[in-house]
Amino acid sequence: MADRSDFAEQAMQYAPQLYSSALRMTRNSADAEDLIQETYLRAYRGYDNFEEGTNLRAWLFRILTNTYINSYRARQRRPQESELGDVEDLYLYKRISGVDVASRSAEDTLFDLFTDDEVKKALEDLPESFRLPVLLADVQGFSYKEIAEMLDIPIGTVMSRLHRGRKAMQKALIDFASERGLLSG
Amino acid sequence: MADCAETIRELEAFLDSELAPEVRAGIEAHLGGCNDCLQAFDFHAELRTIISEKCRNDELPPGLLARIETCFNEDFDGDGRIG
Repeated sequence: MADRSDFAEQAMQYAPQLYSSALRMTRNSADAEDLIQETYLRAYRGYDNFEEGTNLRAWLFRILTNTYINSYRARQRRPQESELGDVEDLYLYKRISGVDVASRSAEDTLFDLFTDDEVKKALEDLPESFRLPVLLADVQGFSYKEIAEMLDIPIGTVMSRLHRGRKAMQKALIDFASERGLLSG
Repeated sequence: MADCAETIRELEAFLDSELAPEVRAGIEAHLGGCNDCLQAFDFHAELRTIISEKCRNDELPPGLLARIETCFNEDFDGDGRIG
């Protein structure tokens, strides 16, 4: 059983990654701050139930995800799943590595092709049932099993939502690059 | 050894480190000899890194940590308990 007196020392180191994730979930800083405070308060109160030696980071993210789903989701207007863009597999790769890259010089890296805000927006614009798995897997590096537990969905559903969510995110990134004239056609 | 179609089909699970060891070994063997597939894998690995780095570089609002830690020392919501 975990001792509350060392909660802050153990748990506060995860505040930056929890806050970034809260921002991607709520998509505004006021709600993200509230969500983080509520997450830490719930975690502090429930710390007696945390099994020492298990993954504290995953435990905190589970509380964050549950708090978001239970408290914040209802307030927010969400894009419908039917709005999810669908493209062929390897869409971004084919567009960027192909001949239709207009102004990409040899020294331009993929990293510089998209701005931070574009990548954030591409993720935040995903419908929530796809946004949460992609956030938890691609940004925070959690396993299928951990994500399935956090979202209370089967592993196969995690995999299919990741697949579709990633493709939709790639389509959004291509659209941003096209708008800025970086890709022809 | 896996062929190109199998290899590309497993791209996501490979990058997610979710493949069984024997499947992963078959993919790695194919990538060792197929430059087209290796390029596609490298591209997506780099894309994954970019998405991760660009989506978690937000600065904590000033004072947030202190406000959170305050909850641990006082009766934050007035229900008679600490926290």
